[in-house]
Amino acid sequence: MTTKRNEESIDYTGKKIGMWFFLFTEFLFFGGVFLLYSIYRYRFPADFHQGAGEENLVLGSVNTGVLLTSSLLMALAVAALRRGRSRLSIAFQAGTISLGAVFLVIKGFEWGAKIAKGIYPNGPALLRMSNGGILFFGLYYTMTGLHALHVAIGLVLIGFMVRDTRRKVIDERNFARLENTGLYWHFVDIVWIYLFPLFYLIT
Amino acid sequence: MHLNTSRENAPRIAQPGTLVIVWAALIGLLGLTIAVAKLHVTSWSVVLNLLIATGKAALVLVFFMHLRSESRFVKVMLGVTVAALTVIIILTFSDVWFRR
Repeated sequence: MTTKRNEESIDYTGKKIGMWFFLFTEFLFFGGVFLLYSIYRYRFPADFHQGAGEENLVLGSVNTGVLLTSSLLMALAVAALRRGRSRLSIAFQAGTISLGAVFLVIKGFEWGAKIAKGIYPNGPALLRMSNGGILFFGLYYTMTGLHALHVAIGLVLIGFMVRDTRRKVIDERNFARLENTGLYWHFVDIVWIYLFPLFYLIT
Repeated sequence: MHLNTSRENAPRIAQPGTLVIVWAALIGLLGLTIAVAKLHVTSWSVVLNLLIATGKAALVLVFFMHLRSESRFVKVMLGVTVAALTVIIILTFSDVWFRR
């Protein structure tokens, strides 16, 4: 074991606190967008109910299940690595990536279906809607888009973790990096846990 | 020389079996939240669904993000963040509600 590696693994607490602080800024960032949603939902309740009726509940529910399951696999990947089972951990990480990709593909189909109906910025169907309806779909694209961007970044990060685990850069002695990636992934899951009822269940 | 590695001050994490049980609970709550919304059992379904979402978020935080065994510092900071967001929401709505 080299000196550099020991130095890297020395400040476990610092690494974790750094990640949590980043997540707190993310909490407030998404909190602001959720607040915007709440205000417009308060002002245009009927339009928001009608807008949510346009959402595909089946796809939304499946996607929620997919993301919750991917979070389980990520937690299992951390548990496996901490027990020194690198190969098992890589398998779980790969599973997380696959489910995250499935989530994005389903999300893509949902967006595609809406765009085909003319519901997109300056789209014909959107322009015929009331102000509240336009706001609902504006928020839908903004919030699910921001969330999808986070999912995509998470997939890239977990991809790096697969590489690091394979190269033994992270192992049962030095696993903060994987744990922090996991924290990020679970945070993205929590954001979706709130997005799902707000956009799919308020009909 | 003895060095302080990850393993020694890392919080204990949940057993894989526990993680699977938590996942089953999350899927159960997902079913419950859809049922609450679709069966129209109560006029408070939006509030109830947000409460269920908070329950799911708490499960993810406590078990998947192992907040349970995280340091007191992190727990307090999370509390501060949630409190700050709550204050922002209350202040904003105190304007929105009384605006004419």
